[in-house]
Formats: sequence, structure tokens, C-alpha cells
Amino acid sequence: MLTEKEIYDILSEIPDPEIPVITIKDLGILQRVEVSENSCIVFITPTYSGCPAMKMIEDQIKEALAPHQITNISVKLIYSPAWTTDWISTEAKEKLRTYGIAPPQHSSVDKGSILGKPKELKCPQCNSKNTQMISQFGSTACKSLYKCLDCKEPFDYFKCI
Amino acid sequence: MTKQEALFSYCLRLGDNSLILGHRLSEWSSKAPIIEEDLALTNMALDLIGRSVAILKYAAEVEGKGHTEDDLAYRRPERKFYNNLLVEQPNGDFAVTIVRQFFNSTFEYLLYEELMKSKDETLAGIAAKTIKEIKYHLRHATDWMLRLGDGTPESHLRAQKALNDMWMFTDELFEMNEVDEILIKEGITVDLNMLKANWSKKINEVILESTLTVPTSTFMQTGSRQGIHSEYLGYIIAEMQYLQRAYPNAKW
Ligand SMILES: [Zn+2]
Repeated sequence: MLTEKEIYDILSEIPDPEIPVITIKDLGILQRVEVSENSCIVFITPTYSGCPAMKMIEDQIKEALAPHQITNISVKLIYSPAWTTDWISTEAKEKLRTYGIAPPQHSSVDKGSILGKPKELKCPQCNSKNTQMISQFGSTACKSLYKCLDCKEPFDYFKCI
Repeated sequence: MTKQEALFSYCLRLGDNSLILGHRLSEWSSKAPIIEEDLALTNMALDLIGRSVAILKYAAEVEGKGHTEDDLAYRRPERKFYNNLLVEQPNGDFAVTIVRQFFNSTFEYLLYEELMKSKDETLAGIAAKTIKEIKYHLRHATDWMLRLGDGTPESHLRAQKALNDMWMFTDELFEMNEVDEILIKEGITVDLNMLKANWSKKINEVILESTLTVPTSTFMQTGSRQGIHSEYLGYIIAEMQYLQRAYPNAKW
């Protein structure tokens, strides 16, 4: 049986199903691992309550551990403390930007937007601040849809929660 | 009624509200007026159904009879559902859906903000998670109230009609029974009467800003606390439960 640390390291490599350039550890979804006898509990925090990727992540965790003869795995969702975009590492934010997704600003910055004030957002393609929100809800619950008024490219913004 | 029974019943109420509204919103999939709204409404449906999974899972745990969240969603008869009448009302036109969202999200925002302080740690945790999503739902509904009310004569007319039609389901949001009485004493939930003034204030502000009129009708329809619903819930449940009823324990 592998140690908790070893299992954690293996799971740290699992890419996020929706944004494969970053891992579930980068995103702050992977929390911790508890090992006892021959069972293993993996704790993960969902980004959004109904995030359909959670089931897939659970399957990926089991798949990643299967070659190590760990089969008695349970994946537990923890809701508290609630996931926040502040858990996304700085490196991961840079990877998001390169991938074409505007990374989340600090959650305190986003408070204004919840109250309806417009927010200044940089285009991940050309860095222009001349951007506009098209829709608060994008391709997934965690993203909003924006367009750049300079390079005319649409882009996803990873919204802050 | 014991504290445990009250908590079980309360979790069903919270879970059913999310599940039924989530189901309703999902009916907009591929049919919304514009693609951005298709995404928005179905994303909100996902949030709501996700929340109901967490709450019904906890309900099953509190009940302690070995049920799962799926048993509670797919095997309970209509009379054992405790969602508010508001959330089971048909989608109608886009204005009806928006007004329903607006009334409900404003209410949920106030309720879940209080539930974050609940002495029940699981409910407090779920509330802390879900409040972030409710903020987005509320902003979406509020934006659309302004756009529809202060939009074209047609959108104004439809928004006003929707307000008038949904109005009679708003009192029930604040209705309490023995369940609330027990849980308020335990510090698990909040006195809904205390939320009402704030709710009225918030919705009045938006309705006026939308150039619409706050309905004045005093006839209010209730019943869901006793499991008595409008005719529409039965159809939702028939569709939602069909597969598990026809092929018990089916998995795929
Ligand atoms: Zn650009």
C-alpha cells in the first residue's frame, strides 16, 4: 500500500476534465487523502454544486490508483469550507491565460460585479482592457462569456466565487 | 415531532425546492430565446440539482433508514414533496420564468445567508457553498427584470402579467409550521417572518426600477407544507420518476 503522500502525488497529476491544461490540484479541488488498512478515502471539493465534472474526476481518481492495487477507494465531496477561486495557484492562473481563458481576479475584486458594476477585464489574447461581457453564464457554470472589442475575439472568463 | 423528524422534513423542503426548480429550468434546454440564455438557464438548473443532491443526501442520513438521495428523489410520491408551489409552476413564456426566478432567488438569497449561521454544520456548509451561486442567479433575474420591464411595450406587458400571475404564490415562501418552530429553537433555521420585510423591500425596489407595478392582490395560494400541490407537480414527478418506477434500480 502506498502512503498518503504518494497517493496524493499521483492524484496531483490528474488534469481537470474541462480545462486539461491545469490539474485538479492546481484548481484546489483535490484536498487530502486518508489511508487505513487497505482502503483509501480521497476528499475533493466541488467547484460548483452541480459541476458535472465531479463524477468524471471521481472515475479518474479510481483509474489513476488502479495500477497500484488500490481498489477500495471512496471519493468524498466536502462542501465546507466552500471552494473559492482564490485557491487556484498563481502558476495555474498563468496557464489559464495562455490557454485563452481570462483567469479569475481575487474574489474581493469581484464583489462589485455581483452588485452589477462593470469590471475591467484583460483580453487573454491581446491584453486589451477594452472588453465586454456577452453572457454571465458561459460554456460551463464556472465561466462567463466575454468579447474583446480590439482583437474581436470572444473569450471565457473564469468567474470569481 | 422530534428534532430529527423536523430536520428531515426541513431538508426535504430545501432539497425539493432545488430539485423541482432545477427540473423546471432544465426544460428550457435547447428552447431558450437566445443561446446565452439557454446556457444560463441550464447552468442554473445544474447548480440547483447539485444543491438538491447535497441536501437530499443529508436528509437521507438524518432519516437513518438506509435510503440514498436517489431514493428520496425518485421513489417519493407527490404528497410527500414539500417544495413551494412557486417553483413547480410551468415555465410559461420567458417573462414567467424570469419572475419566478426573481421571486425565488431573492428569497433564497435571504434564507441561505441566514442558514450560513445555522448551528447545523452540514446545512451551514451547504449554505456557504450555495450562496455564491445564488448571487449569480439573483443578478441574472434582476438584470432581466429591468430589461423586460423597461424594454419594449410587449416585454413590459408580459413581465407585468407574469408578476400578477406569480404573485399569489409568494406568501407561501414565508409560511412556517411545527418543523420551523422546533428548528428555530435549536438555532438550526431562521424565523421566516423576519425575512419577509426585507424580501418585500428588495423586490419592490427592482419592480419599481423596472417601471412595473407591484401587484396588490391579497389572494394567496398555499398548501405545500402539508404536501398539497398544484396540478403541475404530478406531471413533473411522472416524468422525473418514470424510469426508476418502470425499471427499479436501473443504472447506466
Ligand atoms: Zn483582444
